[in-house]
Amino acid sequence: MILNSLSTPSFARRALVLLSLSLGLAHCNKPSNAAQSTAAAASAAAPAPEPVTLLNVSYDPTRELYTAFNAHFAKKWEAEHHQKVTINQSHGGGGKQARAVIDGLEADVVTLAVAYDVNQLHDKAQLIPENWQSRLEQNSSPYVSTIVFVVRAGNPQKIKDWNDLARDGVKVITPNPKTSGGARWNYLAAWGYALKQPGGDEAKAQAFVEKIYKNVPVLDSGARGSTTTFVERGIGDVLVTWENEALLSVKELGHGKLEIVVPSVSILTEPPVTVVDKVVDKHHTRAVAEAYLKELYSPEGQEIAAKNFYRPRNAEVAAKYKDQFPEIKLFTVDELFGGWAKAQPTHFNDGGLFDKIYKPSK
Amino acid sequence: MSQQPLEKRHRSFSLRRRGVLPGFGLTLGYTIFYVGLLVLLPLFALVFKSSTQGFAAFVSAVTDERALLAYWLSFRTALAGAAINAVFGVVVAWVLVRYSFPGKSLLDALVDLPFALPTAVAGIALTAVYSENAWVGSKLLSLGVKVAFTQLGIIVALTFIGIPFVVRTVQPVLEELETDVEEAAALLGAGRLQTFRRVILPSLVPAILTGFALAFARGLGEYGSVVFISGNMPMKTEIAPLLIVTKLEQYDYAGATAIATVMLMASFALLFGINMLQRWARRAEA
Repeated sequence: MILNSLSTPSFARRALVLLSLSLGLAHCNKPSNAAQSTAAAASAAAPAPEPVTLLNVSYDPTRELYTAFNAHFAKKWEAEHHQKVTINQSHGGGGKQARAVIDGLEADVVTLAVAYDVNQLHDKAQLIPENWQSRLEQNSSPYVSTIVFVVRAGNPQKIKDWNDLARDGVKVITPNPKTSGGARWNYLAAWGYALKQPGGDEAKAQAFVEKIYKNVPVLDSGARGSTTTFVERGIGDVLVTWENEALLSVKELGHGKLEIVVPSVSILTEPPVTVVDKVVDKHHTRAVAEAYLKELYSPEGQEIAAKNFYRPRNAEVAAKYKDQFPEIKLFTVDELFGGWAKAQPTHFNDGGLFDKIYKPSK
Repeated sequence: MSQQPLEKRHRSFSLRRRGVLPGFGLTLGYTIFYVGLLVLLPLFALVFKSSTQGFAAFVSAVTDERALLAYWLSFRTALAGAAINAVFGVVVAWVLVRYSFPGKSLLDALVDLPFALPTAVAGIALTAVYSENAWVGSKLLSLGVKVAFTQLGIIVALTFIGIPFVVRTVQPVLEELETDVEEAAALLGAGRLQTFRRVILPSLVPAILTGFALAFARGLGEYGSVVFISGNMPMKTEIAPLLIVTKLEQYDYAGATAIATVMLMASFALLFGINMLQRWARRAEA
């Protein structure tokens, strides 16, 4: 009897796990309701308005960047407006984060990896207007990065450019584009390289990317997972990753063990930011949220981005950090792929070109 | 109006007859509420969500070649893991019950560790041990066995996750088993193997079966530990739960819940079948 009754709770738990996975029922609504405080403060025009809280929902590798930036912004805002502002951060895979916001996580601003994920906030839940990306300068991407290679010390496989990744016997580490935003950039960068070669066309690009993925022994679910596989497990000859992630791993995990190789051409990765209109209007935090994102474009904000290995947009700050960011020919998703709204379904959704790589040839 | 007292009398009558123990009505109500709220409600939500798409879309989502390969992979690796545990878990339970040795309570506690450990930690730890450059993995590789990032790796993870299910279900039954029955068998001239096969094993079978079913059902749904060690190669080492997550990343809620529904029905059918089998076995025994 005891044994028999055991099976029920375990089944329930299994089902619940499946469910919370599949329905995203876990609306971890953070009560970031310092909401009415600004309104109250504005009407009273008191010298010290009530403190306000913002929630910034971001993707995985921006943790260090926003920790530094939030401290800077809170100080500046308090100095100028005599109002305390607390910024809460939430990090995770870009797709998961966007889904949490769609499902009800009340983010005042989102700072995600891929514009496609931000688009979903409009398409699925009308949280932002359709033209969100044109509201801020530079496609709403205050800082950018690109995709580079990390190789083992001395570069034993002599990896110089994308075509070396398609060579027989080279093991390439990159995450699964189905589950990782960063992996999608990697894939598109390789595709774009093939297109830009003399005589390059879509068919050749597809064959080229297919050859690279045949060299991938493990598809981790996220960019950090791939870094771990490459650095800690010692698997693979080359890790394809964001430049900021590459610089960070080399800094954190030891010079002399890893080297960064910059390919001849790569993709400009533009992680976009936006205010979530429905949420800031509900919280009455639009003013501070907009100022927060604008500050990312200021010289100080740009400097913080550069220090955290993101390429700044500001020319002066970029000049100051030019040793850290070697010059590289960059193409954009809009130029070569018609934007994310087109690239995502063509390449990554079910039945897209990425799936074809793994379909057994008939 | 005139009916009421009759009904009342009837109910109190039936309550009195149902059992000697009090509180049946209250606990049954609680049970239905509890199971309904925690199990049935989310399940209804799941089925509802997957039914928002048309039937044709549902069928094409659940019968896609990639999905079929993923179910089959999840099914056979979970089966393998549970089968391994059904044999070696019984050995562990046997040792823990029948012998005493230094460090026994420590070993006993270790068995529960896979329950308590976050599955992601288990996955990372197993990968750290079995990947090709790691200590064990490199030795195995020199013997031509690749564990991490293959189906074998998935089986290893699911075996790890499943250990406590078998041990903890078999252990109490073994403890209840009187040794004098075995002694009697020996006195009557049964050999050791014969005693095990004819006397011990039959009384353990229901427990082993339960443990096996639990480990198997858990293995079907396991995600956290597997994604680290499997390598996640589409068509080769992509388990069904990963496919669900993959679909969610594409905002394909309907497709994700469709696959989830299939897995749910499979697990339910499985557990229900095992329960029936046990009931039948118990009745046959009595």
